[in-house]
Amino acid sequence: MEQKSMKGWLYLLPALIFLGVFMVYPLADVFVYSIEEGYNSASQTYYGVGGYNFSYVLHDPYFLQAIKNTFLLVVITVPISTGIALLISLGLTSITKFRDFFQTVFFLPYVTNTLAIGLVFMILFKKTPYSDGMVNMLISAVGGSTIDFIDGPYWAKMFVLCFYTIWIVMPFKILILTSALVSVNQDYYNAARVDGTSKSRIFWKITLPMISPSIFYLIITGFIGAFKAYSDVVALFSTDLNAAGMNTIVGYVYDMLYGNSGGYPSYASAAALILFVIVLTITCINMLVRRKHVYI
Amino acid sequence: MKVVLEHLTKQFPSLDKKNKTGVIAVNDFNFEIPDGKLIGLLGPSGCGKSTTLNLICGLQKPTSGRIWFGETDVTDLPVENRGVGLVFQNYALYPHLTVQQNIMFPLENLKGKDKLSKEVMKEKALEAARLVQIDHLMDRKPSEMSGGQQQRVAIARALVKRPRVLLLDEPLSNLDARLRLQTREEIRRIQKETGITTVFVTHDQDEAMSISDMIVVMEAGFVRQIGKPQDVYDDPVSLFVAKFLGTPPINVFNGEVRHEKLYIGSECVLETPGVPDQEVSVGIRPEGFVLDEKGAFTTSLQAVEVMGRDVSIVSTHPQSANVTIRSIISSDHKIDTASGKVRFSLKPHKVFIFHKETGDRIPFTCHTEPGLA
Repeated sequence: MEQKSMKGWLYLLPALIFLGVFMVYPLADVFVYSIEEGYNSASQTYYGVGGYNFSYVLHDPYFLQAIKNTFLLVVITVPISTGIALLISLGLTSITKFRDFFQTVFFLPYVTNTLAIGLVFMILFKKTPYSDGMVNMLISAVGGSTIDFIDGPYWAKMFVLCFYTIWIVMPFKILILTSALVSVNQDYYNAARVDGTSKSRIFWKITLPMISPSIFYLIITGFIGAFKAYSDVVALFSTDLNAAGMNTIVGYVYDMLYGNSGGYPSYASAAALILFVIVLTITCINMLVRRKHVYI
Repeated sequence: MKVVLEHLTKQFPSLDKKNKTGVIAVNDFNFEIPDGKLIGLLGPSGCGKSTTLNLICGLQKPTSGRIWFGETDVTDLPVENRGVGLVFQNYALYPHLTVQQNIMFPLENLKGKDKLSKEVMKEKALEAARLVQIDHLMDRKPSEMSGGQQQRVAIARALVKRPRVLLLDEPLSNLDARLRLQTREEIRRIQKETGITTVFVTHDQDEAMSISDMIVVMEAGFVRQIGKPQDVYDDPVSLFVAKFLGTPPINVFNGEVRHEKLYIGSECVLETPGVPDQEVSVGIRPEGFVLDEKGAFTTSLQAVEVMGRDVSIVSTHPQSANVTIRSIISSDHKIDTASGKVRFSLKPHKVFIFHKETGDRIPFTCHTEPGLA
């Protein structure tokens, strides 16, 4: 028995070492950095231990802007993308002709090169000396005044960011939801039909509860993913996000480490821990709601 | 409510594009189900019995033929307007709803003038639950109940709207052996109590024979025989039906009729007056053997299984189509195992002869067997 468990640990050892070095140690280190006040990365010295780093970060207007941006992004994109994905999946599962074709079309963004996607968004939204972007052309065609989506007002930039985020997460959500919908046993629907259940009631009382585990999975991963948003924002608004007023929490952490205002691992660690607490809280709330409303 | 099936045919389109004929799942089904009776649709997997049920229920449309409930033609009536209750093999209980919510589900669908108040619905649900004896489990979720209890909930849900016809699709096959026995008697009791015309699909002949008023034996889309269970057992029209009914199954031998006598191997076992000379398949029910030292039929003894009241003799014979022959005799008889041979005479009404190719029954009348004469 003893030998058997030794063997087990031995098998686990590579993974444990790897996780320890690249996950556990950095995590602990982040925590240590975050409470070391006035840490200097060159001399590796600090004045004392305390909560000043957190206080600084929480009073930094850039961080507050980043929190606002991140929350807006989360609150807008997660429900909308999940909702639209559900509608598309319902459509996909109810057609038989061209189903494979549409499934492929909807999945394309998932496998498309980020640069290609960026190019498409540039054509759609970016003002250049030659063009105002397709969306602006449409707006002026119906008689509106053009807007600079990349360098203009805050709401316009937020719109582009949300639009992009929703669009980029859609394929995965559609994939998960269509497979959830097909795996609902047909007998439930037959039973409901025999009982004369209306279409809307079938959806609300049978389909939705049946696929609720998948929906909650998407909501939780969606929340976490949106909270971690950074690279997409950089792709859209270039690296100086604080100036653009479009920074996110992860962006703030990055800037504090390596950006123009960088070189402050303590502030970065504090901000990262705050993000961790936020994500943890929201995930816990999600789990509690899930326990109440998801049948499995 | 009697149910009449008239030339009912269901053809499924072929998935194979080269072969356009498709599969005929139900072929020219004619049957009048008498009011208030329990009918067992019996047949091996893929014989079309479930399709027949779906046609009656309305989940599938027949390719041709008509379905009548009483004097009403319901062929083109959508499933929700037929007034049928359907119980699925896997019960199809909504896992996120409690027993009460499951049973009330069909009632909550009622709209307009049929709409019921919450109290009436609860009352009706409780009434249905009492009928199947699960009224103490109303707040459970399906996952918190045994298979048998889930089955009862499914039946209660099918009954709560007082359907004109109750349809059960393999209702017992997900239950263990003991529960199966119990539940099938329950189904019989509930059916008798409610008096609802019931059609019940099964591949288990035991099940069908024990509780049905009438059974319909199907094979490959065709109805092979309809009748009271005992009549079908005693008087099968074909080798298929004979083989399908009865446990232990009927013993089949290769035989030959010569000069109006039936031979199995070299032994003349029975007189078959009026049957022309030909090769035949011989079916002998396990209870058709009589231990007889002067009997005409000899087999090689393999084993003797004492099962309380009866003794089952397992033996072999070169002309047997099965590996072993199983004969059941009363345990009063002494069996001499020393010789390794057993001799039987045969009860003529337990012996059937069938056409070698078609498997159709060849009737004959015989009152004496050579061995006993």
